Amino acid sequence: MAIAVNTSRFEGVTMAPPDPILGVSEAFRADNSLMKLNLGVGAYRTEELQPYVLNVVKKAENLMLERGENKEYLPIEGLAAFNKVTAELLFGAGNPVIEQQRLATVQGLSGTGSLRLAAALIERYFPGAKVLISSPTWGNHKNIFNDARVPWSEYRYYDPKTVGLDFDGMISDIKAAPEGSFVLLHGCAHNPTGIDPTPEQWEKIADVIQEKNHIPFFDVAYQGFASGSLDADASSVRLFAARGMELLVAQSYSKNLGLYAERIGAINVVCSSADAAARVKSQLKRIARPMYSNPPIHGARIVANVVGDPALFNEWKEEMELMAGRIKNVRQKLFDSLSAKDKCGKDWSFILKQIGMFSFTGLSKVQSENMTNKWHVYMTKDGRISLAGLSLAKCEYLADAIIDSFHCVS
Amino acid sequence: MDPNHMISASATSGSDFGGSVFAHVVQAPEDPILGVTVAYNKDPSPVKLNLGVGAYRTEEGKPLVLNVVRRAEQLLVNDRSRVKEYLPIVGLAEFNKLSAKLMFGADSPAIQERRVTTVQCLSGTGSLRVGAEFLARHHHQRTIYIPQPTWGNHGKIFTLAGLSVKTYRYYDPATRGLNFQGLLEDLSLAPSGAIVLLHACAHNPTGVDPTLQQWEQIRQLIRSKGLLPFFDSAYQGFASGSLDADAQSVRMFVADGGECLAAQSYAKNMGLYGERVGALSIVCKTADVASRVESQVKLVIRPMFSNPPIHGASIVAIILKNRDMYNEWTVELKAMADRIISMRQQLFDALRARGTPGDWSHIIKQIGMFTFTGLNTAQVAFMTKEYHVYMTSDGRISMAGLSSKTVPHLADAIHAAVTRAI
Repeated sequence: MAIAVNTSRFEGVTMAPPDPILGVSEAFRADNSLMKLNLGVGAYRTEELQPYVLNVVKKAENLMLERGENKEYLPIEGLAAFNKVTAELLFGAGNPVIEQQRLATVQGLSGTGSLRLAAALIERYFPGAKVLISSPTWGNHKNIFNDARVPWSEYRYYDPKTVGLDFDGMISDIKAAPEGSFVLLHGCAHNPTGIDPTPEQWEKIADVIQEKNHIPFFDVAYQGFASGSLDADASSVRLFAARGMELLVAQSYSKNLGLYAERIGAINVVCSSADAAARVKSQLKRIARPMYSNPPIHGARIVANVVGDPALFNEWKEEMELMAGRIKNVRQKLFDSLSAKDKCGKDWSFILKQIGMFSFTGLSKVQSENMTNKWHVYMTKDGRISLAGLSLAKCEYLADAIIDSFHCVS
Repeated sequence: MDPNHMISASATSGSDFGGSVFAHVVQAPEDPILGVTVAYNKDPSPVKLNLGVGAYRTEEGKPLVLNVVRRAEQLLVNDRSRVKEYLPIVGLAEFNKLSAKLMFGADSPAIQERRVTTVQCLSGTGSLRVGAEFLARHHHQRTIYIPQPTWGNHGKIFTLAGLSVKTYRYYDPATRGLNFQGLLEDLSLAPSGAIVLLHACAHNPTGVDPTLQQWEQIRQLIRSKGLLPFFDSAYQGFASGSLDADAQSVRMFVADGGECLAAQSYAKNMGLYGERVGALSIVCKTADVASRVESQVKLVIRPMFSNPPIHGASIVAIILKNRDMYNEWTVELKAMADRIISMRQQLFDALRARGTPGDWSHIIKQIGMFTFTGLNTAQVAFMTKEYHVYMTSDGRISMAGLSSKTVPHLADAIHAAVTRAI
C-alpha cells in the first residue's frame, strides 16, 4: 500500500480566534455562574429569557406541512413569492420602483448572504470602488468586504462625547470620499450604537450622496424592530428611492420574524431602468450559482406565507409591536435603575434615545471585560449590549454591573 | 418631491446624465443546467420532457418527498421545544457527527481519533465552495485538477474560490467509458500537492465510475505523488442502492491514513434539494490539525453566510439517528435507485427495438442519475426543437426524469436525431 504523506499539509494552519460576536455566546455557555447574563448576540428573548418562535411562524409552518409542498430546487434567485413580498414590505406595495420593474430582488442567506452577493457584484462591476462603512459598525461588515475583496474605509458616525451621532463628521467624510463610492447605511436601529439619523438628517445624507454620485447601500436587519412599525422603519430607504436614486438594500428576517437559523433575507437593487434591473439580477444569479447554487426554501416559504396573507400579516405586526415594546420597557427600566443607583450623577439618558435591539453603553474594552469577569455579563468588547437579552427582572443587577465597571475600572 | 414622478434625465445618482451606474452590467446567460428547466417551463407542448437537472421524479413524473422526510418534518413542527436560534458557524453538531459517520463509516478510525472536522454547508455546491476557499488560503498548492468532463458548476466554484483549474482526462468518447490510461498519465504529471477532484460515485455527467481495482491504482498514484484528494459525494446510495458500497472510494483513501476533503450533499439521496443540506469534511493527519483547520474554515463561513440553515439539517439528523427511520430511508433510497436502473434497461431495450444505429450498451453500463448519451449538440438541439426533449447540450440526460410512459417518446427522439439530423 502506498504510504501517505507523513506530516499534515495543514501543519502550518494556525488556530483562528473565536468570532467576536458569536464567540460571546460560546463563552456564556461555558460559564457556570447562576448570575450570568447573555447580552452578546442580537437574538430576541422573552421576559423569561427564553428564545421566541413567533406564533405566526408556527402557524405558517403548520400550513406548509398540511399542504405537503415539495422540496424542489428553487430558482437561483430564490422563491418568486418571497421576492415579491419582500420587495413590497421594504418599498411599500405599489411603489414606483416595483411598478416600473426597476427593482432586482434576489433571495439571499439572511443579511450576511445578501450583503455578500452585493459585495461580489461591486467587486466585479465596480472594481476599485470603495464601500464607506460607519465607525463603528456591525463587526462582520468588514469581514464580508475583505473576503469579497472590496476596499472599504470608515466615515465618522458615533460621537463618544455626546453619545450621539457625529453628523458633521459623517457628512464631511462622505463628501471627501472619491466620487461613486458605495455608502453603507443602516436603514434603522444602527448596530451597534442604536443611534439613527433624524428624518431631516437623512435628507441631508441623501443630498451629499447625490452630490458626489455615491451609491447608497442599506443594511436593513431590523425593519419593525426599531420603532415597532414596519413602515416607519423603512422610511429612510423609501426616502432615497423616492428621489429616484439607484440603491442597494440588504434585508434580513432573522430578527423581525425570529427566523435566525433559517437564513432568510434578500438583496434588492433599485436601478434607473427595468433593463438595468434585469441585467443586474442576471449577474447576481451568476454570483450565487458558484457559491451555493440556489437558496434554502424553508424560511422563504414562511415569509411568503406570513407577509402574503393579510390575517397572518396583521398578526405579525402585533407580535412585532410586542417584541419592540418589550425592549422599550427594558430600556426604560434600565435607565431608571441606573439613574437611581448612580451616585455620580452621570447622564444615562442616551439609553432612552438609542433605538433597536442594542445599546452602546460607552464602556471601554477593559470595562466590558470587567462586566464579564466580575459580573458574568456577556457582551461584545465594543461596549454593546443586546437589550433583547435583558429582562425587567435583571435590570437592577445589570445597572450595578455597569455602574461598577464605568466608575471603578479604567 | 413627488414620490410618483418618473425618473427624469437629471435626477439620479449615476455617472451619466440620466444614466444608470449599472449601464455597463451586461445580461448574463442563463445557467446551462438550470437554464434547461427555465426553457422547459416556457414550452407549451403537452409531450415535453425535462431530462435536464438531476432531480428525481416518480413513475408519474412528479417530484418526490420521501415518506421518512415527511415524518421527520412532522416531528420537527410538532416539537414545541424547538427554537430557531442561530446555529453555530459550523452548523448543527449532531448533523455533522452523523454525516461524517455516514460518509466514512461509523467505525472509521479517523473519526474515532478526532482527525475529521465536519462542517454543515449549503448542499454540495456550498461544501465545495467553502472547502475550496479554505484551500486557496491555506494550502501551498492552489491548483485543482478536475475530470474532463465534469459537472458544469465545478470550474466556476473553484475559480471564484481562488484556485486555478486544470483538467485530467476522464471520459473516452470512443468507448463511452473511462480513459484510465489518460487519467493516470495526467495525474502523474500534476505537481506535488496539487488538489484532485474525484467524484465519489456516479460520475456526473458521464455515469462512468472507476472499478474498485482502478480506484486502488488511483489512490496509490495520488498518495505517491503527494496530491490532495477532494471528493464530491452527491449520490451516496443512489449509484448502487447501497450507502456503504457508494462510499468505498472515499473510505479507501481515509483507510490509508492520509488526508482528504469530502463534500457531501443530501439533495438527491434524501430528496432535500431545496433545503440545501450538505457537509464538508476535512480528514487531517492529527486531531490538533483538524481543530485548527476547523477554526479557519469558520473564518471562511462567517463572512459568506454567518451560519447555515437549520431546517434541512434537522431533518437529516432525525433520520440518521433513529434506527427505524434510517432503515426506512435505505428502503426508499433503494427504490429510487432501482427505478432508475429499470429506466436504463427500458431505454436500452426501446432503442434496440427500433433498430437505432449504434451501440447503446453504455446506457445500462453507466451508473447513477445520468446517462451520457454521446449525442452531439446538433442532435440535442434537434431533439429539443422537434420532440420537446430538454437536456443539457453535452448530451447528458437525467434518467430520474424518465418514466415507462415517456421512454418511447425519448427513444423516438433519439432514433430520429441519430438517423435524420446532420
